[in-house]
Amino acid sequence: MDAFIELDRVEKVFDVRKKTGFLKRERRQVRAVDSISFSVARGEMVGYIGPNGAGKSTTIKMLTGILTPSGGRLRVAGIDPSRERTRLARRIGVVFGQRTTLWWDLPLIDSYKLMHRMYRIPDERYRENLDRCVELLELGDLLDVPVRQLSLGQRMRGDIAAALLHDPEVLYLDEPTIGLDVISKAKVRGFLRELNTERGTTVLLTTHDLQDIEQLCKRVMVIDHGRLMYDGPLAGLHEIGESERTLVVDLERELPPIEAPGARVVKVEGPRQWLAFPASESAAALVARVAAAYPMVDLSVREPDIEAVIAKMYAEQSEKAVS
Amino acid sequence: MGERSAFAEGLRAYGLIAGMWVRSSMTYRTSFVITMLGNGTMTGLDFVGILLMFSQVDSLGGWSLAEVALLYGLSATAFGIADLVLGSMDVMGARIRDGSFDTLLVRPVPVLAQVGADHFALRRLGRITQGALVLGWSLAAVDVDWSAAKVLLVPVMLVSGAAIFCAVFVAGAAFQILVQDAAEVQNAFTYGGTTLLQYPPSVFGKELVRGATFMLPLAFVNWVPASYVLGRPYPIALPEWAAFASPPVAVACCALAGLAWRSGLRAYRSTGN
Amino acid sequence: MGSWRLYVAVAVGGFRRYATYRAATAAGVFTNTVFGVILVYTYLALWDEKPHLGGYDQAQAVTYVWLGQCLYATLAIQGGGAEKDLMDRIRTGEIAVDLYRPADLQLWWLASDMGRSLFQMVGRGVIPFLFGAVFFPMALPTEVTTWAAFLVTLLLAAVVSFAIRYLAALSAFWLMDGMGISQALMITGVFFSGIVLPLNAFPGALGDIVQVLPWAALLQMPADVLMGETGVPGAFAFQAVWAVVLLAAGRLLQSAATRRVVVQGG
Repeated sequence: MDAFIELDRVEKVFDVRKKTGFLKRERRQVRAVDSISFSVARGEMVGYIGPNGAGKSTTIKMLTGILTPSGGRLRVAGIDPSRERTRLARRIGVVFGQRTTLWWDLPLIDSYKLMHRMYRIPDERYRENLDRCVELLELGDLLDVPVRQLSLGQRMRGDIAAALLHDPEVLYLDEPTIGLDVISKAKVRGFLRELNTERGTTVLLTTHDLQDIEQLCKRVMVIDHGRLMYDGPLAGLHEIGESERTLVVDLERELPPIEAPGARVVKVEGPRQWLAFPASESAAALVARVAAAYPMVDLSVREPDIEAVIAKMYAEQSEKAVS
Repeated sequence: MGERSAFAEGLRAYGLIAGMWVRSSMTYRTSFVITMLGNGTMTGLDFVGILLMFSQVDSLGGWSLAEVALLYGLSATAFGIADLVLGSMDVMGARIRDGSFDTLLVRPVPVLAQVGADHFALRRLGRITQGALVLGWSLAAVDVDWSAAKVLLVPVMLVSGAAIFCAVFVAGAAFQILVQDAAEVQNAFTYGGTTLLQYPPSVFGKELVRGATFMLPLAFVNWVPASYVLGRPYPIALPEWAAFASPPVAVACCALAGLAWRSGLRAYRSTGN
Repeated sequence: MGSWRLYVAVAVGGFRRYATYRAATAAGVFTNTVFGVILVYTYLALWDEKPHLGGYDQAQAVTYVWLGQCLYATLAIQGGGAEKDLMDRIRTGEIAVDLYRPADLQLWWLASDMGRSLFQMVGRGVIPFLFGAVFFPMALPTEVTTWAAFLVTLLLAAVVSFAIRYLAALSAFWLMDGMGISQALMITGVFFSGIVLPLNAFPGALGDIVQVLPWAALLQMPADVLMGETGVPGAFAFQAVWAVVLLAAGRLLQSAATRRVVVQGG
């Protein structure tokens, strides 16, 4: 497989001026992205995660040509984004999570018509793509509604469609599910999966929601303090981070702490008990064991908090560095 | 893509985006009519100020009302055109602050065209209309021995003047990339510039006239050519052909503004915000 | 009342909010200075042609220009003060929240606008004025009492200015077009305040009318008090009467608006 996105020791250094007194300012250099290397093959779907300010957005901005790297080599589809930003723009789609690019006061369809002409999409392609997006993202009833009247979830779906009408080879999504309700999240995820498998569109998404990654990405990259901390399958991330999921069990009545191999009770509150188990293990086996031995009324599984996973991983790395 | 096709692309994109804004504003039709009338009235207040002054005196700096009205009409109309075309560039600082400027950078069309067409508002026709009305009256009222050259100078002044003001808008926008809150500095040159040009150059100190002629050549919007049309001496010595120099001055201003814009955009892309 | 602390805190908040925009403030200083220079030259030409126009000599005309630039943002003569935020809140419906605050709506916004005025005066207005005083001949008083009286007229001017804009902003409850209201404020403010030409230089009957309208309390009164062109008690009375009348009108409109919000259910 050919590498579609290639980063080789890419850096981005910002000069930050901080006020230290009434008129005094201190100049300081901040490495937002610190020598990052990775490559993404055509057709991959990759999750790009990390805490706020870790360098995620800066990376995306360099990939789209919005920012020019301070060092290293960066190529997308063989193009240097910062040099040929406008040419690259035809081949990429970008969805900025909380910033809509749709026209606030106009019906949704008008924004699409603008994309049609701005990207000079052939009529036939435009019709096909629009129809597909409308069907899969369930936009049919929304096309004639002014964007300002759409809900957050509807608007996000509208934005995703707008980014795809010109058949981009790669789609960047910045927090595509932030603030969405469960149903909207499911629709967005289902659509992205379809897009990736059916059309082979390369997808790179940043998110705070570990479920996005779990349901969509085979591969995840973790960035913190501008450095790539991890690049591999999600399961591996859990192993490294030793992260735990939580099984919340509602029993028929108050009982002593559940005893189940591979899990430990971390909290008891009346008939409700919280069991922690390694995120890398299947929940099904544990549920079966508990259900067999205890009178269970209800249960739910809580995913590990991504920030916690990263924090743990980070602590471990620095420990290693010390020893 | 060559320079020319990039320019054509830009114009096309400008038209597309401006069209979207016009349709957006038409969703509030009464508001549109009200604000257009308001725009005309508001910008006309400057001329009302001149009328008030002339209710007390017969001439200002040696110029009659009709002559000052000619300066006003030329300045207001040329500025009005530039304001219609690029007048919303002062929202750029806000776009950079809220991050939506980034969304313009991932489009396959020139950023300048997108920024220029941003918040395009036909209500700005109000300013052009009142400027043109004053201009029309003044052309009928001034005592001028019209020659072919003088007649030709009127449209030349409007077009060159609009281009010079456009250049000021673009340079101001480039400055806003560096200092986002400083839209008002731009106002000093745009609104300040058009106000300056509404009064006879003889009113102002020589230093100021010199600055407006050679440093920031606003004088070529109307002062220099209009002085020629009216047969009035210009406060500082200029060769006679200077009256016809507005077009090349405008081209030079636009070229410099284009360079400023490029370096501004480069600064943005290397520092981010 | 005891709640004066609250309003002081609100005023401090208003001051701080504008104080954070340093670059914008510096840009505003620059713009006011540029406009001041342009206006000074045109006034000098005008007074050259007709000395003692409106009873001013040239130095007084120059002083008037720079005071106008000083008060332009301070008194939000073309709008853009607390009324802008208030209209935003009315438009978005957030005003309903304000109505349930244990504070007086009008006093709250007055305090906020006073804070803003004070900052615009200190941060933005004073420098162009000083610039004018250094580079142009100005007619400034030497007695401390005149300056003290001037400060009082400024305070009253700020209250009248607020009262006008508050009335306009409340009309947003009935007229949904905020842009139109802002424009009307801008046009009336710029024309009737005398920022274009001193009101005493307006011709004939128009001059008589504009000098008794509330906008005369904004720039003309402080200018005349500063330059000793009018009796101080008379100026105070003129400003105070307009302040009381407009604030009372604001209260009436406010209670009507409140009823409207309550009826609509917020």
